[in-house]
Amino acid sequence: MDLNYTDDQQAFRAEVREWLAETLPREMSEKVRLGKRLTKQDSESWHTMLNTRGWLAPNWPREYGGAEWDAVQRQIFEDECCRAHAPRVVPFGLSMLAPVLMAFGSEEQRQRFLPRILNGKDWWCQGYSEPGAGSDLAAVKTRAEREGDHYVVNGQKTWTTLGQHANWIFCLVRTDPDVKKQEGISFLLIDMTTPGITVRPIVLVDGGAEVNEVFFDNVRVPAENLVGEENKGWTYAKYLLTHERTNIAGVGFSNAALETVKEVASKVQAGGAPLIQNPHFAARLAQVEIDLMAMATTNLRVVSAAAKGQAPGAESSMLKVKGTVIRQELTSLLRRAVGPDALPFQADYLEGGDNAEMMGPEHAATSAPSYFNNRKLSIFGGSNEVQRTIITKAIMGL
Amino acid sequence: MDFNLTDERRMLQDSLGRFLQDKYSHEHRRGVIASGLPYDAEVYAGLAELGVLGALFTEEQGGFGGKGFDISVVFEELGRAGVIEPVLPAVLAGALLGDYADLIDGIIGGETIAALATSEAEARYDLNHVSTSAKNGVLNGTKVHVLNGAQATHLVVSARESGEVADESGIALFVVTPDAEGVTLVDHVNNDGTSGATLILENVTPMARLNSSYEDLERAVAHAILAVSAEALGAMEAAKALTLDYLKERKQFGIPIGKFQALQHRMADVLIEVEQARSAVINLAGHLEADRTTRERHVSATKNLVGRVGALVVEEAVQMHGGIGMTDEYALSHFARRITMIDHWFGDVDHHLARFIALSGAA
Repeated sequence: MDLNYTDDQQAFRAEVREWLAETLPREMSEKVRLGKRLTKQDSESWHTMLNTRGWLAPNWPREYGGAEWDAVQRQIFEDECCRAHAPRVVPFGLSMLAPVLMAFGSEEQRQRFLPRILNGKDWWCQGYSEPGAGSDLAAVKTRAEREGDHYVVNGQKTWTTLGQHANWIFCLVRTDPDVKKQEGISFLLIDMTTPGITVRPIVLVDGGAEVNEVFFDNVRVPAENLVGEENKGWTYAKYLLTHERTNIAGVGFSNAALETVKEVASKVQAGGAPLIQNPHFAARLAQVEIDLMAMATTNLRVVSAAAKGQAPGAESSMLKVKGTVIRQELTSLLRRAVGPDALPFQADYLEGGDNAEMMGPEHAATSAPSYFNNRKLSIFGGSNEVQRTIITKAIMGL
Repeated sequence: MDFNLTDERRMLQDSLGRFLQDKYSHEHRRGVIASGLPYDAEVYAGLAELGVLGALFTEEQGGFGGKGFDISVVFEELGRAGVIEPVLPAVLAGALLGDYADLIDGIIGGETIAALATSEAEARYDLNHVSTSAKNGVLNGTKVHVLNGAQATHLVVSARESGEVADESGIALFVVTPDAEGVTLVDHVNNDGTSGATLILENVTPMARLNSSYEDLERAVAHAILAVSAEALGAMEAAKALTLDYLKERKQFGIPIGKFQALQHRMADVLIEVEQARSAVINLAGHLEADRTTRERHVSATKNLVGRVGALVVEEAVQMHGGIGMTDEYALSHFARRITMIDHWFGDVDHHLARFIALSGAA
């Protein structure tokens, strides 16, 4: 038992911290710190800065241009990025599709797509959920029928995050409707500029539109865009979801959010004293901090086992549930800390206009939308209820 | 960073686990409690022989451990088996009796039991609330909830030499022998089967005045909080295992009750929170030697979290068992009692939440 990082790990942390201090533009980190929405250009320029340094793809092997860090290094990198309020790297191409292509794609697909993920030429989105397939993902209905050397795709995907920016989408499509639902699914790569695709934004409870509906109307996709074998897509989808669960605990996000709540609650006055001295508020804040201290260690236990080659099982689901509950509690505390100044909806400010004026103190405009937006945490990536079922079944073997 | 036990600690864990499996079945434990004995002297001698007590002391003290992870490994195993033998007093004494090599030797050998007598009727969980007086070489006052006080060969007593009742300064620690003139010990059994005592001191001349300060007392209690937190973790693991088995075996409406999603989701939360409790114990064990503020923040964080998780595990495990979980005959009710009573030692959930807040402000 040793809770200390090794000298190498500490040196790595220092290197990352120094690079972030030198490279991350202040206007970008301020947007992230204040919870404003990032533009496509923001994401792309951060992507380029990381790629230039060789740190864009922490989980990729070196032969493909990745950093090939172990799980502890990736955790350190995440922690430092969150601490510096760096933008979140859009994960769909880098940490979801790429591992699938490396494991199951053809050499041609790897050569064609992986470099374009790194250099930012392609922006990928995820075509998984459908109106009738949420937690029950294997119920996808979007149909792909083989016609000569093409698949013809018809159907609808939904909750497609940042699909409005994407030029490619990886999709789970039904290629055989007559077998057990898991056995008739294929994994297809689709160029979003193909005729017959319509993207429609979904405005959410926070007033933003980060997710979309994507409609497919007789979309012709070259058969060479099939990943792996036809009707084996469910296997690849499950493989992808294990990668989706890396950094699932969100410790870095929660640490940054905790600091923000403390800062706001120390500044705002409630009954003649800083809010942080209100015993009810202080108790809720202390409790979530204590939970976070333990969860950070639970996360490191899993991460450190993963770095030694042990694949996490039910632990990922545990971290997903606990991590999201903590993050949601922190967004709730921030909203309450801001008080009546959380009332106005200030769209111009949220969208990040440099000159946009805001009513109220820092975080006033973003606290309520952020609270609303983060309700998603316990819904996506397998809802927390699905995770609880996984945990108990895995451990009980029932 | 490494979350694996060293080989030495792994061996200690294994041999202690085997010993308890062999000698300390639930039926045996119930038998000891039913007989009216405070603990099984033979088992206690066996624990000493196994080196369990030595593991709680440093090499300079004549032991072979004494670090946070030594304490947590030992007490998790004791908790798993529901051990009521007086091992906890050794942790407290180990942190305070550094200058008394012969006492420490006796504790490691299992012949000496040094019980800590710091609590008072008006003090609740405040260590600094001391009205027992030390004046003109004699002690006067009443100490309550002295763990294994009536079985102790020595009592370590906090008493006030100067200052007001809640001052941190002016408190000194004394060693008193139970046969000294003016000592009265009134024995009682606690809800969890452990033994407590009230100690009445009337013009008692102590055997010695320890060269320890209030800070040493706080540090000793930090060690004890780690011990009971790890013990609660072990008991939670045992309660968890019983509940998992029960969910698989117990059938209602024709199927194992573990097939019901309402129970699966309750169990999932129990499983998640027990991992949280394990992490909290690791955090405290790993920071036991840290500076005072860091250490005490972890003390309060861990005790608060373990108390909350303990209540969840107890309540959910009993609920998922139904009536059988409430019977004295079944082991679960014994773990339920021990886990719950641990919340009442050295500060409960609310005490440590408030303390964590105060310490965070000071940081």
